[in-house]
Amino acid sequence: MGNTMTEQNQATGSSTPVPSKKDENSSDIIRVEGMNKWFGDFHVLRDLNLNVHHGERIVICGPSGSGKSTFIRCINRLEEHQKGKIIVDNIELTDDIRHIDTVRREVGMVFQHFNLFPHLTVLENCCLSPIWVRKTPRKEAEEAAMEYLTRVKIPDQANKFPGQLSGGQQQRVAIARALCMKPKIMLFDEPTSALDPEMIKEVLDVMIELAGSGMTMICVTHEMGFAKTVADRVIFMDGGEIVEEAPPHEFFTNPQEPRTQKFLEQILQH
Amino acid sequence: MAEPMLKPPKIAISPVAWMRQNLFSNWQNSLLTLVVGYLVVTSAGPLFSWLFFEATFLGQEPSDCTGTGACWLFINERLNFFIYGFYPDEQQWRVDVMFLLLAVCFIPQFIERFPGRKWFGLFGLTGLPLVGVFLVPGGILGLPVVQSSDWGGLMLTLILAYIGIIASLPIGIVLALGRRSEMPIIRGICVVFIEVWRAVPLITVLFMASVMLPLFLPEGMNFEKLMRALIGITLWQSAYMAEVIRGGLQAIPRGQYEAADALGLGYWKKTGLIILPQALKMVIPGIVNTFISLFKDTTLVLIIGLFDILGTVQSTITDPAWQNVAIEGYVFVAFCFWVFCFGISRYSQKLERKLDTGHKT
Repeated sequence: MGNTMTEQNQATGSSTPVPSKKDENSSDIIRVEGMNKWFGDFHVLRDLNLNVHHGERIVICGPSGSGKSTFIRCINRLEEHQKGKIIVDNIELTDDIRHIDTVRREVGMVFQHFNLFPHLTVLENCCLSPIWVRKTPRKEAEEAAMEYLTRVKIPDQANKFPGQLSGGQQQRVAIARALCMKPKIMLFDEPTSALDPEMIKEVLDVMIELAGSGMTMICVTHEMGFAKTVADRVIFMDGGEIVEEAPPHEFFTNPQEPRTQKFLEQILQH
Repeated sequence: MAEPMLKPPKIAISPVAWMRQNLFSNWQNSLLTLVVGYLVVTSAGPLFSWLFFEATFLGQEPSDCTGTGACWLFINERLNFFIYGFYPDEQQWRVDVMFLLLAVCFIPQFIERFPGRKWFGLFGLTGLPLVGVFLVPGGILGLPVVQSSDWGGLMLTLILAYIGIIASLPIGIVLALGRRSEMPIIRGICVVFIEVWRAVPLITVLFMASVMLPLFLPEGMNFEKLMRALIGITLWQSAYMAEVIRGGLQAIPRGQYEAADALGLGYWKKTGLIILPQALKMVIPGIVNTFISLFKDTTLVLIIGLFDILGTVQSTITDPAWQNVAIEGYVFVAFCFWVFCFGISRYSQKLERKLDTGHKT
C-alpha cells in the first residue's frame, strides 16, 4: 500500500491538474475532461477534470450543495452530463445505452440510503445482478455472495430481509451487493451519513478493509478520519468546482485555497 | 418497543364481567344495548324462520310450496338452468370438468402446506383458460359444438369474470408502464387509451360492442356476441387496472430505480425483478377491489342479451308457473356472488400477509 501511495502522490500531488490530453495514460481507469452539468438553468458542475488511476482511493469532500454527489453519480450515468467527456475503463459515457450498461457492470455503487431491495432476502439482493446481468449460474453466484457477506461480517443474516437489519448491517449488505458484481471501481455516496453514530465504525471498517485490497474507490464522505487513513488523494469541491486536490497529509495540514481552509476549520473544530 | 417490559393488563374473562364492561358500562350504553338487542331478536327470528324453519326444500311442483317461508324448491328445480343456461344436458359434464379444475386449482391456495400449491395456481392462470377454450365450445376431438349463445347462468358469469380478470391484469401492467414511459408516442397512446376507456360506463361499452361494432366490421368478419362482450369488458377493465398499478409504480422510491440501474440491470429486468414485484404487492388491495367490482359488473351483460346468473334467475321468476319467488331468486344470486367475492377477498388478505417482508427502505 505504501508503495502505490507514494507513486500516486507524485503523479497527482501538484496543484490543479491539467488533464493530460496528449499522453493518454492508459493506467487511468476514469478520465473526466472538462465536464459540465446543468439542472435546468442551474449550472451544478463546472469544468471538472479528474484522472483516477487503477487502485487509487479518492475522497471527495465539500459543503452540501457543492455537487460532489452529482459528480460521482455522473460516473455511472445515474446523472447525465451535458458537456465534456467521461471515460470509464476506456469507454466513453454517451447516450448509447450499451455503453452505459457496460460501464455500470464495472462500477459498483453504495448509496447514502442503502437502497436495498426490500422484497428480496439479503442473499437474493446480492445474487440478483450476477445471475441476471453476468449470467453466473445460481449456485456459483450464491457461493460468491456468501463469501462477500462473510467479508462484510454478516454471513448469518443471509436469509433475512433488509427490513429486519440495522442500518449499519444494511449498508454492509449494500457494499457486498455491489462487490458481488466484481466491479473494477467502487463509488460511495455518503455511505455513513444516514447511520446512527455507533454504526458508522462497522461500515468504515469494511471500507478500510476494501481499500486495503487494491480496489479503485471514489468516496464522497464527511468522515475525515477515513480520508486521512485510506485516501491517496482528497478532493475539495465547492460551488460545482474542484477547488483543491492533494494527498491527505498535505490537504489537512497545509491547504492552499482559502475556501478549503475555511471548510476544514469548520468541520475540524468540534 | 417497550411493550414486553410491561405486565399484561388483567383480562376479565367471565362473561358477566365482559358484558358489564362492554355492553352496560353506563346508562347510554345500556340503553343502546337493549334497543339493538331488541331489534336483533325481533328481526332474526322471522329471518331465520323464513330462510330455514318455515321454508320448503323438498317437493316436485310449485304447488308444493305451501309454507310461509322461502320456496327454495324453486332454486332446486331450476338450478340446472341457473348454472348452465341452455347448455345441453348431455354435454354439461364438460362444464363440470371446468368447475372441478377451477376448484382443484384454487382451493389449495387457501391451504398453506399444500404440496405444489404454486403449480396448481400457475395452471389455473394459464392451462385452465386454454382447456376451457377447447372444452366448453367443443368442435374438436369429436366434441359436439355448443354455440356460445347457449351458454348461461353461473358458468357464463365465471367465464366473463375469469377471462376479464386474468386478461386485464397483464394489459393493465403494460398500459401503466407505457403511461410512465419516456417515449412520447407510447406514453401518448397509453394515456389516450386509458382516459377514453375509463371515462365510458361499462354498459355503454357493452352496448357498443354488441350493436355498433358489427356495423363497422367488414362483411363475413363477425365475432360472437360473447367474444365481443369479453373484449369490451377486458379493455375497459384494463384501463382501470392500469391506473391502480400506476399508483403502485409511483410509490416506489427513486432509490430503487437507481440501485437497479447502478447494478447494470436493463429496463426490463429492472422493471420485472425490482419495480413490479414491489409495486404490485403494494396495490393488492386496489387490484382486488377492481376484480371484485368487475365480478359484479358482469351482470350488465344482461342488456346485450347474454344470460348470466342474474339473467337466468330474472327470466325464471317471471315464469307464470312459479308465483312470488322473486325474493328467493335474488337472495340466491346475492349469495352466489358473495361466496365468490368473499373468497377473492380472503385470498388477497392472505397474499398480503404472506408477501409482507417488513418495512420498506
